[in-house]
Amino acid sequence: MASISPYGKRFISYIRQSQIRRLVGSGVRIDGRTPHQLRDVSIRTNVVNTADGSAEALLGKTRVVAGVKVGLGQPFPDTPDEGVLIVNAEILPHASPYSEIGPPDETAIELARVVDRGIRHSGFVDFKKLAIDQNKVYVLWVDLYVLNDDGNLVDAANLAALAALRSTMLPSAVKDEAGVKLDRNNKTALPSDLSKAPIAVSIGKIDSRIIVDPNLEEELSLDGRITITIAQDSIVSMQKTAGYFTEQELWQAVDLAYSIRDKLRDVLLKSLV
Amino acid sequence: MKYVSPRQVIFPGDPVATSDESVEGAVYIDEGKYRASSIGLVEFRDNKIVVVPLEGSYRPKPGDVVIGYVTDVLASGWEVDVRAPLAAWLPVNEATAKYIDLEKTSLTSLLNVGDAVIAAVKDVDLTDEFPVMLTLREGERLGKIESGLVVELSPVKVPRVIGKKGTMITTISELGCDVIVGQNGRIWAKCPGPEAELALLQVIEKIDRESHVAGLTDRVRALIERYKGGGSARP
Amino acid sequence: MKQPPVPLLVEGRRADGRAPDQMRDVRISVGVISNADGSAMVSYGNTTAVAAVYGPREMHPRHLSLPDKAVMRVRYHMAPFSTKDERKNPAPSRREIEISKVLREALEPAIFLEQFPRSRIDVFVEIVQADGSTRVASLTAASLALADAGVPMRDLVIGVSVGLVNGVVVLDLNGLEDNYGEGDMPVGYMPNLGRITLLQLDGAWSRDRFAEAVKLAVKGAEYVYGKAREALKAKYFEIAEEVAK
Repeated sequence: MASISPYGKRFISYIRQSQIRRLVGSGVRIDGRTPHQLRDVSIRTNVVNTADGSAEALLGKTRVVAGVKVGLGQPFPDTPDEGVLIVNAEILPHASPYSEIGPPDETAIELARVVDRGIRHSGFVDFKKLAIDQNKVYVLWVDLYVLNDDGNLVDAANLAALAALRSTMLPSAVKDEAGVKLDRNNKTALPSDLSKAPIAVSIGKIDSRIIVDPNLEEELSLDGRITITIAQDSIVSMQKTAGYFTEQELWQAVDLAYSIRDKLRDVLLKSLV
Repeated sequence: MKYVSPRQVIFPGDPVATSDESVEGAVYIDEGKYRASSIGLVEFRDNKIVVVPLEGSYRPKPGDVVIGYVTDVLASGWEVDVRAPLAAWLPVNEATAKYIDLEKTSLTSLLNVGDAVIAAVKDVDLTDEFPVMLTLREGERLGKIESGLVVELSPVKVPRVIGKKGTMITTISELGCDVIVGQNGRIWAKCPGPEAELALLQVIEKIDRESHVAGLTDRVRALIERYKGGGSARP
Repeated sequence: MKQPPVPLLVEGRRADGRAPDQMRDVRISVGVISNADGSAMVSYGNTTAVAAVYGPREMHPRHLSLPDKAVMRVRYHMAPFSTKDERKNPAPSRREIEISKVLREALEPAIFLEQFPRSRIDVFVEIVQADGSTRVASLTAASLALADAGVPMRDLVIGVSVGLVNGVVVLDLNGLEDNYGEGDMPVGYMPNLGRITLLQLDGAWSRDRFAEAVKLAVKGAEYVYGKAREALKAKYFEIAEEVAK
């Protein structure tokens, strides 16, 4: 399997694209925002009662639901004393006219892996507390469901994943002769540390102007796109996708990411009260 | 301001000159500077800098004479491989002036898979399923190749086979071969004998490999002189 | 934190004897696959990537072609025998799919794709031996193969990795450092234009460490770029020397 330049209905007219460029050049955006302004963000937890944890994040019209299911499994050989995190993303055929039925494509795979890396390297979830015994650990299955794609899936999916994990109730592990089983009638909160929550901030570049939270039309017009994930004072993950950045533009993007991170974190914290 | 000197081999991204200079060839402009867009050889031609690409593919344009191989027989023509990044075809009415009743005549009786043709590019239209349309009717010496040989070299070296004001091709003609140079880097030739044929192959290979080293015409001439002096071109 | 089998850094020296800002032995050769339009083999120490470019050529199936530019297809793949431990399953993993995408998006800004509408440019990279930094070795190999094919491009794109080992920023991670270090940052850099086209990061990096890492990556890329130019030149200089004889 190879990565192919995108094709099909993911399309923007040149006139619309040049309008977006012109506007950004004069400090406004196609949807009326300023360059460094987020769309409305809202997060709700416990939206799916069959899951062990769930949340929905809305970033403008972009809507992502995250569901957590807890299972049992074996630890990875290189981390025998830690629980396992598995993040999967599905961009549903509902999500936009260009999404198709089928196994996750490279965009969905990348989305899942970027969210996964942020959580893994931040210390947000205490994986050490998810070990049960020598070769049994908790497995956290995080499924990210994109219901509507209006751009910036990563930031929305990441917030949904964090809120879903934060709301996750861990079934207790019961040991008997047959081995270890999960008791879903007896649950405790998943050990996590909100102060270490990794916040993903996606930055776009149009000409040499830096914008935050690009919507879908803007994403189709970008000259550069990068996601910067910050936990506490550290950068825990980065992923440049489209285009390029000069060093200068990169420093701008990082500075901006830190300040946007604070805003997104406040929204997350409020939604979890 | 110039950043290069004559006969310098340069690489993609290398600065060539400031944008107020006169520059041509495999270059692009970025922030007021001409830069190389390909591995290239710098030439100074009357106050102009020319970056001659040393690598690259064939890009068809109307009027080009090309040598192609028939790869498929279609409903009303043939698909032809001309080493282009776009599909090429020869419609039956561009192959012959005669009326062909497609109900009664099999196209394979005219041209079949594996045949070689010398054709001209009639049109390039990106909206067509076969964007490159070929013709055998609009130009001299076009048609199916019945004899001789076809040899390939890099398409970007074709101008060197012709040479400045045709000097190289004139030199090559001393071998006594009948030669047609396709813009797509395929050359058809019919030589008086195997020795001349072998010498021609060596000449083409020399041009393909050594075009960036000064004195190419002299080296080709030396090779041909050796052939004419009765020296065998065989290794 | 996982415990490495040997200390990663002792008195400013890395486990393989290198200084923090030192590349492994860089070996590059261009034109290694005669059938391809362009090719290159790049080794950073024990990591070896072989890249082949075919194209620009006809796009099949045709309905997947783009009306205004060439489609670029990139495949990053690891040979089953390229890993130290178990055999790698040859089926493409999620990791390989992601890296293929990241490499495509690192190469696209360098290529004049708009000069070849309705066409396709294929870049195939195979890791034949893996010891860390495979994606960045792949990027260097791919951009050299594209240059060798004469695909019009703005610049080469040189890949290097930077990592965090015992709190120290180091250049060109080997497999050991990749497994046991605290952070990893692969970078793709256009040396003439100063543009970053590949940037990934994981671990925990302070802003200062990150800034330091970018500087070191640029320095590393410039060093590898020197080697890349030598390799490109070699092809033409060898012919020139042969002619002079």
